[in-house]
Amino acid sequence: MDFLVFQYPMITLQACLDGILLGVLFALIAYGMALQWGVMNIINIAQGDLVILGGYIAYFMYLYGIHPAWGVIVAPVIMYFVGIAIYKLVINKVVDRDLFISILATFGISILFMQLMNFAFGADVVLANSGYGTTMLFDNNVVLPNSKIFSAFISIVFAVCLVIYMKKSKLGRAIRATAQNARAAKILGVDTEKVYAATFGINAALCGVAGALISITFTIHPYMGLPYTIRSFMIVIVAGLGNLPGVAMSGMGLGVFEEFADYILGTEFRIGSVFLLLVLILVYRRFKLSRKREYLK
Amino acid sequence: MNKNFILYAVILIFGLAAPFLFPAFKVQLSILCVLIVLATTWNIQGGEMGYNSFGNILFYGLGMYLCASVQVGMFFPLAEWTESGGEKTFVHTPTQFFQGMAVGLVVAAIVPTIVAGLIGYSILGLRGHYFAICTLGLGVAAGEISGGIEIIGAGQGFTTPPFPNVGSLEARGEFFYFLSFFTLVLTFIAVRSIYSTRFKLILNAIRDNEDKAEAMGIETMKYKIIGWMISAFFCGLAGGIMGGLVGYIDSTDVAFDGREMGVFMVLMAILGGKGTLWGPIIGATIFHIFKEGFWTFFLGWQYVALGVLIVVIVIYFPEGIMGWLREKYPERFGEVVDEKDRKAQVELK
Repeated sequence: MDFLVFQYPMITLQACLDGILLGVLFALIAYGMALQWGVMNIINIAQGDLVILGGYIAYFMYLYGIHPAWGVIVAPVIMYFVGIAIYKLVINKVVDRDLFISILATFGISILFMQLMNFAFGADVVLANSGYGTTMLFDNNVVLPNSKIFSAFISIVFAVCLVIYMKKSKLGRAIRATAQNARAAKILGVDTEKVYAATFGINAALCGVAGALISITFTIHPYMGLPYTIRSFMIVIVAGLGNLPGVAMSGMGLGVFEEFADYILGTEFRIGSVFLLLVLILVYRRFKLSRKREYLK
Repeated sequence: MNKNFILYAVILIFGLAAPFLFPAFKVQLSILCVLIVLATTWNIQGGEMGYNSFGNILFYGLGMYLCASVQVGMFFPLAEWTESGGEKTFVHTPTQFFQGMAVGLVVAAIVPTIVAGLIGYSILGLRGHYFAICTLGLGVAAGEISGGIEIIGAGQGFTTPPFPNVGSLEARGEFFYFLSFFTLVLTFIAVRSIYSTRFKLILNAIRDNEDKAEAMGIETMKYKIIGWMISAFFCGLAGGIMGGLVGYIDSTDVAFDGREMGVFMVLMAILGGKGTLWGPIIGATIFHIFKEGFWTFFLGWQYVALGVLIVVIVIYFPEGIMGWLREKYPERFGEVVDEKDRKAQVELK
């Protein structure tokens, strides 16, 4: 264990930039999770597996000679329908039920997806080579792959488009109304069933985009889904539901944290540190809330 | 009471005779005993207390590693043992093996209990899904971290001491069967006596409405921690036995196996019926038979089947077998049903 990372400012800078570019991707996934959590009150454990599935779509395009960057457009379209299918088959039966039921049901979907992907695509770690090259900054001391910059840019574009869509369009208004009060929305003529399906589809599509970008910049593997779920859950708790700048900021913060954990603790503890951070954040939150409860007393 | 006594006697005799009746299934029966212990103790805080944890696997894995480490570390240097990776550089004599196992099991039961007590105050303050996700994170974090620690084998795994040569070939299976069966009986007696006290009512009160229970003057936090500690005690014990039974410990595939064992215990309890004494036992038995069938005949597709099974059970049988029976034969469960009420319901249907 050494602290080289703090002694050389260039390494610190490298870790920060890597972390921020990575964090933008996390924020995109977390945005999808916040959306469905807010609207349907469901925590989707299969979120990460949808991401990985999106990644495999891009990877397959790469295998068949299409540039994987086009996956950014194809993956969300396919994933939207996958999301709708999952909603129709499973989620619509657990929407109004106990939260634990929905967690367990999506956990089942997660295991199912993991294994089906393992059968279909094999258990190898793969990546889709975009061939974008690298950018050197600060006298070649900081190396940034162009694919990371590309993926951060695309994530921001998608997030901005979605925000505008949610603000302006009719469906976006219906989704926001359902999130505020599902019963009132129903009375006022919103078809909540359709809104739920669309929300889940949009969430899956966002996961598809993020997955395609991850397959270009990092690696994908059938069993790598759960860490993405946990990361997005963590980002949503830290930011709070419906706080978009918060989601972006805490996503980047998590990315930077991970890069530093990687440098300081070693790569083998990277995932472990993410999960430990989740526990610590939840415990911190619990003590903060319990103080609030004492005031009420 | 008399009827119950006969039932228990029959089960006990059957349990004691089982390894001689079905000698080929000794290992499976031992695993079944461990699974029942896990499901029953998950039910204490999952079913009775309403705190659905995915993290009891933490205590199970902790117990597994502790038992094996103590068993090795009492007589040989631990680091060299793991480095040799199961090569027979050190051999336990029978006395050493059983002494180590006994001390190891005690440690494996007590340390997780203490850990549960220590982390309980901070974690049990979380409610609902925050608790569920937090414990899920704990289990996975423990697996990832133990996979990076060199002295217990890191990623390449840790071989538990092989069973010593005590004369007969059947001895290993019988030893582990009776060990796990004894643990099962101990667990059943403990859980049954817990369920007949006021403690169970307090746990149920916490499940039904925690704020109200607190307002009634119950120190909910204290009882929640005690409930979790009881769970952790038996989980650690079960883990220690399972480590010896499997003979090989891997951080994410055997010990902190949240994807398998961690979900199994939840699923078994839900399949049988949460919040009942017999539910988890029935659930675990059915689940184990089903699982072994699948693992044998559809090898490779078992996780697909598991995923489908989880979804189906959760969506269609959230009350479990006991809940279904209770709805069908309420009198058997001591519920008084008004005859008029039932007739009205039949007419409604």
